[in-house]
Formats: sequence, C-alpha cells, structure tokens
Amino acid sequence: MLLRFPQQTGSEQPPFELKGSLFTLTVLRLFQLDMAAIEQHLAEKIKQAPGFFDNTPVVIDLEGLTLPPDGVDFNGLYELLRKHGMAPVGIRNGSPELQATARLAGLPVLPESRPAGTSKKSERAESTPAHAHAQIIDHPVRSGQQFYAPDGDLIVLGAVSAGADVIADGNIHVYGVLRGRALAGIKGDAGTRIFCHSLEAALISIAGRYRVSEHISPADWGRAAQIRLMDDHLAIEALIR
Amino acid sequence: MGSSLATVIVVTSGKGGVGKTTTSASFATGLAQRGYRTVVIDFDVGLRNLDLIMGCERRVVYDFINVINNEASLNQALIRDKRVENLYILPASQTRDKEALTKEGVERVLNELRQSFEYIVCDSPAGIERGALMALYFADEALVVTNPEVSSVRDSDRILGILASRSRRAEQGDIPVKEHLVLARYAAERAHRGDMLSVDDVLEILGISLLGVVPESPVVLQSSNAGVPVILEDGSDAGSAYSDLVDRFLGKSLPHRFVTVQKKGLLQRLFGGS
Repeated sequence: MLLRFPQQTGSEQPPFELKGSLFTLTVLRLFQLDMAAIEQHLAEKIKQAPGFFDNTPVVIDLEGLTLPPDGVDFNGLYELLRKHGMAPVGIRNGSPELQATARLAGLPVLPESRPAGTSKKSERAESTPAHAHAQIIDHPVRSGQQFYAPDGDLIVLGAVSAGADVIADGNIHVYGVLRGRALAGIKGDAGTRIFCHSLEAALISIAGRYRVSEHISPADWGRAAQIRLMDDHLAIEALIR
Repeated sequence: MGSSLATVIVVTSGKGGVGKTTTSASFATGLAQRGYRTVVIDFDVGLRNLDLIMGCERRVVYDFINVINNEASLNQALIRDKRVENLYILPASQTRDKEALTKEGVERVLNELRQSFEYIVCDSPAGIERGALMALYFADEALVVTNPEVSSVRDSDRILGILASRSRRAEQGDIPVKEHLVLARYAAERAHRGDMLSVDDVLEILGISLLGVVPESPVVLQSSNAGVPVILEDGSDAGSAYSDLVDRFLGKSLPHRFVTVQKKGLLQRLFGGS
C-alpha cells in the first residue's frame, strides 16, 4: 500500500517508498549437511549447465534436513553456495534452534508458504483439491430458498423460481428455467459465467455487475443463454442447443 | 412412532382464501365415503373454520389444543360426522393462538390418531408461520392448493420449498413429501381469454403433478354457508371435481375435467345455465 500526501508531491520527493511484492525464488531443499557431498553435487549441476546459477537468489529449505549432531554451520554453507554462483537470501522451515542459528549468520527466516510437495505436505494437498467441488442441487430451487456455493460452482438440476437466489463464488449452471436471482463470482471473479436453459431471471450478476429483468432484452428472454463479463459489462449470448 | 400405515396429508397453500379448508373438508369426506377411516384436523388455531364448513360447529366441546395440553382425551375431542361413516373432525381452538401448537404435542396426537385412522388430513392455516409449519411438519403427502393467479402460484412455490426443506421427512433425509397440485377456482374461459393463468402455466411454474382442477363455482359458496362439504353436492361441477380428485389420489386414472372451454349448447346459451 502506498500512501502519498498531496503537499509532499511537489519538490520534496521522499528518498524511498516501501511496497510489498511477490517473487519467484529457487528453493534449495537440504537433506543432509555433508559439505563435501553438497559441493560435489553442485559442481555436477554446474557442469551440466554452466552459468545456470548466475547470482541466483535461493532460499534454503530446512524441513527435510536430518540434524547433524554438531549443529549447522550456516556461515560455511553460505560461503559454499556463494562460491558456486548462488545468492542465499534466507531460510525457511526448520526447528526454532536452527532458525535462531540462521539469523545469527545473517540469513532471515522466510514465512512458510503453501504446500510444496514434501511427503507430509502432499497428503494435505490431496485432501484439499486445487478447486473446490461444485455444489449440485438435484431439485428445483423454490421461492424463498437460497443456495450458495462457496469457492466453487453451483449446478441446479431444475428451475430456479421467482423469489429464489442462487449464489456462487464460481459459475452458475441452471438446467431449467432461471426465474429467480443468480449471482456468480460473488467474491469478485470476473471470469465466472451464468448458464441457463431459459433466461427469465429477476436479476443476473457477475462479480458485482448486475442487470435486472427490466433490462434484459426481449430477444434474450426465454432463451437458453450464457451470461459473462465483457469489457466490464454483462453480455448475454444465446446458447445453441 | 406407531407401526400403523396411516398416511398424514397436509392441505396447504401459503396464501389465504384459495380453498384450503374447502379442499380439506371435501377431500376427507371423499376418502371416508370410499370406506377409509379418516380424520380431518383444523390447524388454524384461533381462526376456527373447518367446523363451519363441515357443519359441526355446534358440537364442538373440546378441541385440538385441549388434547395437546392433556385437558381432554382424543375421544372426547373427536367429532363424528353425522352424514358420512368413518369420518371424524378434530376442531381447532378458537380462543388460543398458534403458539399452543408444540411439536411434541402435535406429534403425540398424530401418533395416537395413527392407531385408529388410515388417513389423517391436516388443514393448514395460511402463511408460513408456526401453524402452517406444524401442519406440514409430519406430512407424508401434501395437497398444494393454488388459484390460477400469480401471487397464489408464488406462495405455493414458497410452500413447496418449505415442504422440501423443513418437513420432518426433509430433516431426517427420508423419501420427500409427495406433492400434489390442486388448482382451485379455475375458470377455463377466462384462462382461455388470458385473464388468468392456464393449467399449463401453473404446471410449468410449479412443476408438480396435477391432482385435480376445481372449477370456480357458486356451489362452493352455497355449500360452505350451509355447512356441507361440496363433494356431497351430487351432480355439481365442483363436487364432481373433488370426487375425481379423491379417486385419482387413490390411484384411479381419470381424465382432467373443467380444463378446457366447453362449448355451450343452444339451450344453455339461451337460458344461461351453469
């Protein structure tokens, strides 16, 4: 977030500003701390692709490391990596003692990121699929009923009556007449769409852009249609059946 | 729960004045006429009407709420119909309100009725509040009474949603409540002219099976003022519509009448006629 005050925008520019940003970094997952073995392995890699580690910033991941009895020599490791063209920028994971030692050696501790694929973490990754399952409603949605599919699509096998709401973070599919209100991409996903067998909706909305039935063209009324955002405007297109 | 095979049927609509009580009275009478032990319960506590339509208002001593509160036994409160065998009425209380309908109390009374009746018809009050919710909660089947008019259809749609989500069958994940549409006060000519919704319009919106179409008829008002269920008016259009409806409910396959405009004969055109 960048805050700027109007009176400062004249001649007196501040010497710097702070902004958050995201970077893709190479992660070096350390399994054992045998300096000789590391050096040999690094040399092999560089032989395959000379110049590959051209001042490449790396993060040292300590999660898979089996602790050597005599502690970790981060200074030595740092020098070793530098010598082969890598620029260690920090560490992540590891025990609190390891992290404290790393800090003393001038290596900051980076916050844990999303599951990266070690054995323990991949289990967790399997239990939460990349995108949530669609919510399927296999009966008509009646007046006064409201269904919301968080994180995913909402699929209705039947009509959505006048006075009913169907809402989803993802897309909305109605295999029937859509007479109620349909709100797709409720959390702001502008790429979501609404599909229905017959468009007679009281209101359609994608990512907050909405249109009431009064403003749905008679040409589209009662037709199989898809609704999506194009140039920030709701576009209604006939579905060929 | 009793082990009997009694069926609980709610007559409901959401909207008021569409013909719930008229339908409850005739439907229950029709079932009893065909030999089934039938009881019809008035759930409209505080606005007691069923007893008037059934013509037994002067025989009410104890009521549904008295039984719920253990102030009277079921046998004391049940009124035996004088015209039709096997038919009993459990009247509502006129002096109480719907808060007196507790889920436990209603369940206990229904379970007791299941021991001695084959059909239990629950005449629901209008609205979607406690009285209506209690009337439909224990239902196995539902007669949804609708008039061919948009607001009535909308309210019936709402009630269908409540049946599908807040009945005991829905809460316990049982087979859903079986839904039947009763389209009352239907005037084929006016639907034909486009003044009111047609049968097809209503079916298209509600999407449930049609049990019967009851024509708009002066006989309904006359018979309800006289305290006679209209199904007992032999030869009347509304009476025969209810008769067909009961037969269809019991599994007979009958064509729907009163749906299309009937061509009037010369004499009918000259002298009016019904």
